[in-house]
Amino acid sequence: MIEGILIGLQTALSFKNLMMVMIGCFAGTIIGMLPGLGPMTAIALMIPITYGFEPSTGLILMAGVYYGAVFGGSTSSILINAPGVPGTVATSFDGYPMAQQGKAGKALAIAAYSSFAGGTISAIFLLIAAPSLSLVSLSFRSPDYFGLMILGLTAVAAFSSKGNFLKAMMMVVLGLMLASVGQDTLSDIPRFTFNNMNLSDGISFVLVVMATFAMTEALTLIFKAKDPTKAAKDISLSQLGSIKLNKIETKKMIASIPRSSVLGFIIGVLPGAGATIASFLAYGMERNFVNDEEKQKFGKGSINGIAAPETANNAACSGSFVPLLTLGIPGSGTTAVMLGALLGFGIQPGPRLYQTNPEIFWSVIMSMYIGMVVLLILNLPLIPYIARVLATPRTFLIPLILFFSLTGVYLMSFNNFDIYMMIGIAVVATFLRLYDFPMPPLILAFVLGGLMEENLRRSLLISDGSWSFLWDRPLTVIIMLTIIGIVGWQIKKKFGKKSV
Amino acid sequence: MKISPSKLISLLFFIFSGYYLYTAYQIQVFAFDENAPFNAKTFPIYLGFAGLFFSALYIILPETNPTNVDLRVLDYKKTIGLVILMILYGLTILRAGYFLSTSIFLIASYIVLGERKWIWILTLSFPFVAIFMYLLHGLLNIYLRDPFLKYLGIMG
Repeated sequence: MIEGILIGLQTALSFKNLMMVMIGCFAGTIIGMLPGLGPMTAIALMIPITYGFEPSTGLILMAGVYYGAVFGGSTSSILINAPGVPGTVATSFDGYPMAQQGKAGKALAIAAYSSFAGGTISAIFLLIAAPSLSLVSLSFRSPDYFGLMILGLTAVAAFSSKGNFLKAMMMVVLGLMLASVGQDTLSDIPRFTFNNMNLSDGISFVLVVMATFAMTEALTLIFKAKDPTKAAKDISLSQLGSIKLNKIETKKMIASIPRSSVLGFIIGVLPGAGATIASFLAYGMERNFVNDEEKQKFGKGSINGIAAPETANNAACSGSFVPLLTLGIPGSGTTAVMLGALLGFGIQPGPRLYQTNPEIFWSVIMSMYIGMVVLLILNLPLIPYIARVLATPRTFLIPLILFFSLTGVYLMSFNNFDIYMMIGIAVVATFLRLYDFPMPPLILAFVLGGLMEENLRRSLLISDGSWSFLWDRPLTVIIMLTIIGIVGWQIKKKFGKKSV
Repeated sequence: MKISPSKLISLLFFIFSGYYLYTAYQIQVFAFDENAPFNAKTFPIYLGFAGLFFSALYIILPETNPTNVDLRVLDYKKTIGLVILMILYGLTILRAGYFLSTSIFLIASYIVLGERKWIWILTLSFPFVAIFMYLLHGLLNIYLRDPFLKYLGIMG
């Protein structure tokens, strides 16, 4: 192992590869900041460029782009409430309210420090535990994955519902319904396509996220412009505030980092779970860890509410490389794109990658740590410049948000049907948001819909149609009991209050 | 009887879930899959029932946190104006091309929102879109079909 680490360090620290990490992080940050262009798009765009490189150099570049895009995504979440990637949706819960309070600089600094800490800690975990951790993920079976996804959705519904769990659960179901549009993955049977070819591939994630977040945000800003109580204030650069954190703020941030790193890394290791579930679960977990006073601040600009998901999503990024590198199973959509790139290089990831290509395995792991350092050095000094987007008057900012949203969706398909669908979803979502129907549960459900159906399919086929798979294994039972606990807690909350 | 807007939305969702469930039952599956423990319509059927269940619960149970929105203070004019502009953008993008339709969409949006600083309006439209197109088309090799620029001989 030591020999492998040294080989990895030697490869990662070569001038060419160091440059690749820096270029990757920078390009990733810029691309990730643009709503609609997330890490998946960013990495996909890099694939043709990397074909001319050695496999390790190409992978290092893509890993840098991945980290940069995740950080860039959280920047746009905080500044304009437009998460380009699902992994940064949870960051917007508190990041955007904090920016609206004139503390955008602090929110961005917390995101940068937490990303660095989460990424660094998980890179160390990855270095030490990569081989043995793959065994943990091997012990998870379809029923456990199915249970874990229900747990993620229930948890998100519970803590993003502003006291109305049923509204959030309706949004979960709506998200799953949207995900079910298109051809069935196994049989290719069209579902809910109404003989429209444009729907046969389903609805794209970028379309739904742009419609329900960026576009809805823009429409709500105009819609409520006359409302003296709810209109968002025009943000000026003077409201950016300091990027320096005081002792109490630093203490709060540091408290959430270790637990969110561990959670993020473990969730990231599980194939299919990835940064999105990690960030949502970390947000929920953090809310339960803090005291009642701090709990009230969640959703209104809590420091822990930014630090936890940011730490976890970066930790999960590192974690998601474990199944990719050791099992050949992508842990997320983004690592699935990377798997495609690896196969393009003629490399088959799996347990033998250690022996056959140690320089690739270890150099990617080492470059992750270097990437974290680069991100901190690159992003923190740039925060005042990045935050200048806040100084844009609303009359310009809103059309520009709409422009990036429309362009992001148009670039996916070059089809105006997607534009109409996005406008339709955005108009409906604007009204839903007006009456406190939360959008994050819808997005998470939409992302997990396909995986959830796949795991339910496998579980039911294995158990010959019986639902006993939910209590056959201790691990599934624990997950299901946790779900029952969350639902019970919500019922208690509902009936504990005075009804009107 | 007065029904709250949230309950009205839940009622609409209940009807939508009913229609979704009906459509889910109409999904044609292969004959050999009809009696399988899981086929293409199993998951959508569960979802339809889940939608009916949660929306019915919301309609039946008393509201603990009713959301009150003052509809009189909402700016319908500008919002509808922007939605119409986006639809027009969708109608023109394939015919007029990305450059022209996007630039005109941006100019019209700034004006609808009340912006009158023409230097900024013109800067953040045609030149801004041109730079963005150069980034996409020139540097990232993302082809953008543009009949207008092709007619001018700028793009191939």
